Amino acid sequence: MRILIKNGHVIDLATKLNGVYDVMIEDGRVVEIARDLDITNGELIDAEGKYVLPGLVDAHCHLRDPGFEYKEDIESGTRSAAKGGFTSIACMPNTNPVIDNEAMVKYIINKAKTDGVVNVFPIGSISKGQKGEELSEIGELKFAGAVAISDDGRPVASSSLMKKALQYASMFDMTVISHCEDPDLSDGGVMNEGTQSTLLGLKGIPSAAEEVMVARDLILAEYTKTPIHIAHVSTELSVDLIRHAKKRGVKVTAETCPHYFSLTEKACDGFNTLAKVNPPLRTSRDVEAVIEGLKDGTIDIIATDHAPHHMDEKEVEFDLAANGMVGFETALPLVITYLVKPGHLTLENVVEKMCVNPSRILGLNKGTIEIGKPADLIIVDTDEVNTVDVQKFASKSKNSPFDGYKLSGAVYCTIVGGKVVVREKVLLY
Amino acid sequence: MFLESKDLLGLKDLSAEEIMYILDTAKTMKHILTSKNKKAPHLQGKTIVTLFHENSTRTRLSFELASKYLSANTANIAASSSSIAKGETLIDTGRTIDSMGCDVIVMRHPMSGAPHLLARHVKASVINAGDGMNEHPTQALLDMFTIMEKKGTLKGLKVAIIGDIYHSRVARSNIWGMTKLGAEVLVAGPATLLPPGMENMGVKVYNTIQEALIDADVVMGLRIQRERQKSGLFPTLREYSKFFGLDDKRLKFAKDDALVLHPGPVNRGVEFSSGVVDGDQSLINEQVTNGVAVRMALLYLLTRRNSIENIN
Repeated sequence: MRILIKNGHVIDLATKLNGVYDVMIEDGRVVEIARDLDITNGELIDAEGKYVLPGLVDAHCHLRDPGFEYKEDIESGTRSAAKGGFTSIACMPNTNPVIDNEAMVKYIINKAKTDGVVNVFPIGSISKGQKGEELSEIGELKFAGAVAISDDGRPVASSSLMKKALQYASMFDMTVISHCEDPDLSDGGVMNEGTQSTLLGLKGIPSAAEEVMVARDLILAEYTKTPIHIAHVSTELSVDLIRHAKKRGVKVTAETCPHYFSLTEKACDGFNTLAKVNPPLRTSRDVEAVIEGLKDGTIDIIATDHAPHHMDEKEVEFDLAANGMVGFETALPLVITYLVKPGHLTLENVVEKMCVNPSRILGLNKGTIEIGKPADLIIVDTDEVNTVDVQKFASKSKNSPFDGYKLSGAVYCTIVGGKVVVREKVLLY
Repeated sequence: MFLESKDLLGLKDLSAEEIMYILDTAKTMKHILTSKNKKAPHLQGKTIVTLFHENSTRTRLSFELASKYLSANTANIAASSSSIAKGETLIDTGRTIDSMGCDVIVMRHPMSGAPHLLARHVKASVINAGDGMNEHPTQALLDMFTIMEKKGTLKGLKVAIIGDIYHSRVARSNIWGMTKLGAEVLVAGPATLLPPGMENMGVKVYNTIQEALIDADVVMGLRIQRERQKSGLFPTLREYSKFFGLDDKRLKFAKDDALVLHPGPVNRGVEFSSGVVDGDQSLINEQVTNGVAVRMALLYLLTRRNSIENIN
């Protein structure tokens, strides 16, 4: 089976391509990248006027499978990912049961093979049951196929356990992803502590709750000389602390999510539970700092933190509403609209932060368009403007604060391992 | 004129004109309330349900009497004795009440924004009788009514609100309402009980009671909840009282004819000394009376609004 993608503007960092090329795919792999290729028997995809990028790699999402299949499962989650241009995704272990052992890792991998339409890489938990008490069997998780460990959703409150996790995981080259939050400081808060929480009379989560933990984890990483990845960075001081640590030579990498550079705490006005997320949406000053961190390389990755929830968990009192928002199907348009169009990032930068870096940090060997490698790539029109309609999401859940937003950028085609999963913006599976 | 919204969720959303309209109507209601035969037909055939997810004596009784003085049918639901305790969602509870033909739901809830959620899902008018730390609009309306009865206006008055501003829905509603009517509002309390960004609500913030009291026309105290001390927000009630309690001596910083208000119930000897509570300047009992008048006015205006809409 051959596929020729013709006349697209190819951007790839590994091969340093940035121009109009034709890409030939055969038996699932890229076999030729050149100008003026032709195809006689096979599928021709016209990419004229559009970009051909490596498939996006998401370092942080929640597929809710097993345990919360009413929110999402591997089938619906991977379909949603494909529609958003993601060809590889790493899913967090806060399922029920928690992904804290070999059997659970294999469950995810096997189910992804049968039900999934993109590559799924499980992340195991740092501690057994994500309880923050004892380490999971990290070595076994690694050999079962987990690509990193994280207690995401919950912080590792014990500094001592975090230190041991960093030391033990480094032995197996397992990236430790830290959800930075001091639960003692967040203390039941439901949105960012500041003017907006005062105006709404909602209990605030101080930015310090995140920053204290970022500082702790950076100190522990420096002390143990081990790598650490900071998840969903949302505040100015967090960005600054990471920048400072990088200068000191700490092996730290960091990620942020589209909502931290496109929304502020004001989105919670009117008790809008769709804007409830943890870490919470911050101030415009934090948004600027996050963008600055992306520009100067302090923040390596843009991840979705795709967090599906049933509407019944959002149509409740703000205090009771679940944290998080779906992200796969809005991520790239938000990046294009809020970062590329205003000139903060180039498309090459986007490929770096949404393909190359997440792949490198998680050790996935993805995120490039190279001859001989599996063909994971997408075709994107960066100028097309669409109105977000959550009812059209492939995700089971519709909890997005971006419903009705007009965003630039449309994923026309998603190819995973040479298989066309999305064609002309329509899911084929 | 009639109220813009079907609900009264907070003073944040009301215009100065709407607030004055409610307060003017309350004047008429006070005549009914203070007459010998306390019965008027304004709410005949209307049904008012109070839905309280939090304990309350005076607010609930005030609404109930206000409804009865105006001839409404009333019913009460307490969260502990209802299906709410069985895990029913707020929206489902609201729809159930709605389906029984209720005109107004008066709601109190420990979580901010709960009445807003309910209001979006029911046909009945929703009156917020206190939601979390957000608003307690009828309390602020009765406070403003009480001040205007004595001073004629709020314009240009200096109002000092003292105490636990952070957790106070009474303070928030009063700040929204009073600043709209042209008062200058000052707040004072321990730094741990002042929420961030208060200045953006148009108030001045102080850490000593004296600074806020100087030349005040109105002094409003707020109830200190004992559990705040247990969660470490201040060391002891004794120390709180020493630095933020209002006694006769401190009251002298304010104008000689300053009015003293408190939403009740008062912790005597903590936020106010007994001398202040029972003193000549205290309007605490008038506030309670006026509370009924303001609630009568509001119930009337909201039900009348819906009737006008139906005719149209």
